[in-house]
Amino acid sequence: MANFSKSNVPQFSVEVYQNEFLPEGGREVNAIVTVTSTGGGTTGGIPLAGSTPSPAYGPGQGPDAAVVLMVDCSGSMDYPPTKMRNARDATAAAIDALREGTRFAVVAGTHVAKDVYPGNGRLAVADQQTRAQAKDALRKLSAGGGTAIGTWLRLADRLLGAAEVDIRHGILLTDGRNEHEAPEDLRAALDSCAGRFTCDARGVGTDWEVKEVTGIAAALLGTADIVADPAGLAADFTRMMENAMGKEVADVALRLWTPVGVEIRFVKQVAPTVADLTGRRTEAGPRAGDYPTGSWGDESRDYHVCVLVPEAGIGQEMLAARVSLILPDPSGAGAPQTLSQGLVRAVWTDDMVASTSINPQVAHYTGQAELAQVIQQGLDARKSGDFDGATAKLGRAVQLASASGNQDTAKLLSKVVDVVDAATGTVRLKAKVAEADEMTLETRSTKTVRVKK
Amino acid sequence: MSQSHQQPALSKCPGCEEPPVAGDLFCGACGYDLSAVPARPDDRPTMAITVPPAAPAAETVRWPIAEETDSSDVPAPVVRPADVPGTDSGGRPLTGPDTPDAESGRGAASPSGPVRTGGPDSAAARVRHDDRADPGGAEASGDFALAAPDPRAPEHAAALAAAPAPGAKVCVACRSGRVDADGYCENCGHAQPRERDHMEQELDAVAAVSDRGLRHHRNEDSFAVSSTALPDGSPAVVAIVCDGVSSASRPDEASAAAASAANEALLESLPRGAHPQQAMHEAIVAASEAVNALAQEPAGAREHDAHRHQNAPACTLVGAIMAGGLLIVGWVGDSRVYWVPEDRTQPTARLTEDDSWAAQMVAAGLMNEAEAYADERAHAITGWLGADAYELEPHTAAFKPDRPGLVVVCTDGLWNYAESAEEMAAAVPADAQRQPLHAARALVGHALDGGGHDNVTVALLPFAVRPQGAGSACDTV
Repeated sequence: MANFSKSNVPQFSVEVYQNEFLPEGGREVNAIVTVTSTGGGTTGGIPLAGSTPSPAYGPGQGPDAAVVLMVDCSGSMDYPPTKMRNARDATAAAIDALREGTRFAVVAGTHVAKDVYPGNGRLAVADQQTRAQAKDALRKLSAGGGTAIGTWLRLADRLLGAAEVDIRHGILLTDGRNEHEAPEDLRAALDSCAGRFTCDARGVGTDWEVKEVTGIAAALLGTADIVADPAGLAADFTRMMENAMGKEVADVALRLWTPVGVEIRFVKQVAPTVADLTGRRTEAGPRAGDYPTGSWGDESRDYHVCVLVPEAGIGQEMLAARVSLILPDPSGAGAPQTLSQGLVRAVWTDDMVASTSINPQVAHYTGQAELAQVIQQGLDARKSGDFDGATAKLGRAVQLASASGNQDTAKLLSKVVDVVDAATGTVRLKAKVAEADEMTLETRSTKTVRVKK
Repeated sequence: MSQSHQQPALSKCPGCEEPPVAGDLFCGACGYDLSAVPARPDDRPTMAITVPPAAPAAETVRWPIAEETDSSDVPAPVVRPADVPGTDSGGRPLTGPDTPDAESGRGAASPSGPVRTGGPDSAAARVRHDDRADPGGAEASGDFALAAPDPRAPEHAAALAAAPAPGAKVCVACRSGRVDADGYCENCGHAQPRERDHMEQELDAVAAVSDRGLRHHRNEDSFAVSSTALPDGSPAVVAIVCDGVSSASRPDEASAAAASAANEALLESLPRGAHPQQAMHEAIVAASEAVNALAQEPAGAREHDAHRHQNAPACTLVGAIMAGGLLIVGWVGDSRVYWVPEDRTQPTARLTEDDSWAAQMVAAGLMNEAEAYADERAHAITGWLGADAYELEPHTAAFKPDRPGLVVVCTDGLWNYAESAEEMAAAVPADAQRQPLHAARALVGHALDGGGHDNVTVALLPFAVRPQGAGSACDTV
């Protein structure tokens, strides 16, 4: 049963970075909200062995969790045949990383979804025996059929929904486009699953659609990535599972309270990746709204909140927004628990030095968000044959990545463009770009680095 | 020392003097709107005492002769404030109009070294710019209403439906939201007035008022007033006024620490029998140490001031002591003391000399006063209390007024709107001698009417003269 006694919930802290000073007539207030959760029974990056000490749950224990592994078994998985073999091995590795007692199931996905282990719409409880049985079942998997990811997700939702656990998580692997259902069907499936479980999505090879996979991860608050070489799958799956096992608390929402007359421009997650949450608000009482953040382990994320406040005279001060982390009552009936909160303020001043300075955190993440956007625009322009536009956008991306110290993205960019001068953003498009490099850049374009402190 | 800054609106109804029930919006007896800023009726009962009754027919206090003062004149030289500036505690003369009487002070000053010559370069190198608004920009905004009610009526109606619980504090801006634990309105988000936004204190022979002004979001000024007794039982009255340097971090804490440290130092040393001029010097040093100590405190958890952390907390200080017929002033920075005689036909005077760029320019003879004050660097201060102060040079001066008058101790938030001594005298109400608190409020009002660009703080000490003559009983005014 769910047990949310306080000691099991990690400690959340909220820090607000902003320049609260506005000039006369100024209305836009920007703030970076850093949310850090610590002290839960998480691994802190240490691989989960059976005996990992865990402050909240004792050795080898954690919150009740259920995981469904969705493996693409469409016909294309046999070309080359190593893909299917690697997918089987990766899933087996993920099963090995399951914590003792975790509920789990394996779904084989084609144009229909089938729960190949344990079957009959149930979840198995991870132990020595069930792990071995599951791996046996994996060996029987064979490729053949189409791809309809929406059906996989709906089955996963049914399986996970039946379990009384705190953390519900899915891991989805695909190698091709979602060809055997309409995009609206996938959209509808994602809408019905959103908020019910979280899901990491991986594309293997280079025949899948980046926007489909990133869309699934964004809707279900998980991560998206490319595994261009199937041989890398096992390591990636193990990492994903360890990450899932590290989650302590699910369904945390970022609650934004704003006073009368304040407009919300946007709410974005900006670290570790850029994800716009503005449209995902659900109203929560007068002048307050909740933005989903999914499950949390030992981790830290940054959010960029931008609001427009009503004008006020010099010398006035107001609260522009109150940002809090909310945990819904497990029974669904009681009042939600506020984990931590921070204040975003607005102070009007005629001190030009104060009102014109930009908070370094805000500047940094504004740049990171622009970086993700120009990469996307540059790659789209390149695909549509607008090489001048692509050069301009990707040049700007190189400049931003270099200035902000985003080494990983800079490295990915350098596989798509020849960098002439990073400081000015002068680049030439490469004549030949490996498809995997382009897809990797697109998939990982939203990854950000944190501000150097 | 009691620092209870009474909020007159809360202690009793301004309309009928009935004590209101906490949380009431209107007076239960007469219906007066208690949340409105109370306009004190002008015909308040006259203050009974301007000058405390003198000590019984004992000897007047004989000060140990301050070494800085001219030794030919015992006990202390009679100096007409209108004519003669005093000396600072280093024995150096204050720059000011040359008068024959100043000669003696000059002579005594020479050993201590020349007056600091603030050449343009040296001044520029060691100045701090107080956070000053350009008074010219004020007109653009016109007068703005403090916390004007939000005109969005429908939202208000909605908020009123969720009416604040009885007894809860209601927002002063929209009048419909409750005030949350952080001091902001739960409806419109406006910050609620803080205790320091407006402070008043009145003792028998001193009154002080401090106000946030209209353009600053917090009050970075501070004051302390107190009265004590000398060893012979005669009264001593102290007023300290400090102005936090806005370009430094935590200026509000600096000014509060300095004012209270200086005041406490004087309350300790005066009853001990220390010479008041020496006591003032030591009080400024004590205040400086208190401000320096703030710089060592961890500045963590103050994201509020994040972009200003590079500056140690700093403030100016000006103080006045009335004791034994003497008026002692002491200062660092550009806060000032003015002398306004009760008989307005007599000359008025400024008793302090700013540690400011403009004052240095004038003192060095490089500019005339009009040119210097027209320069944008005019108000950059060259002396302050704070860990990053180059060298602490407390100035003190002793005066022996020969006629009754008013001592005006104020920050630049006031004197910006009454710079010359004549303008200051014109701004002081005629009955200030008898109603110092009322007059202090009127002076703050003068600054707010002028634009209120800075925090405004003023302390008024009505000075009464006792006829000189050893052993004679002192009469009252």
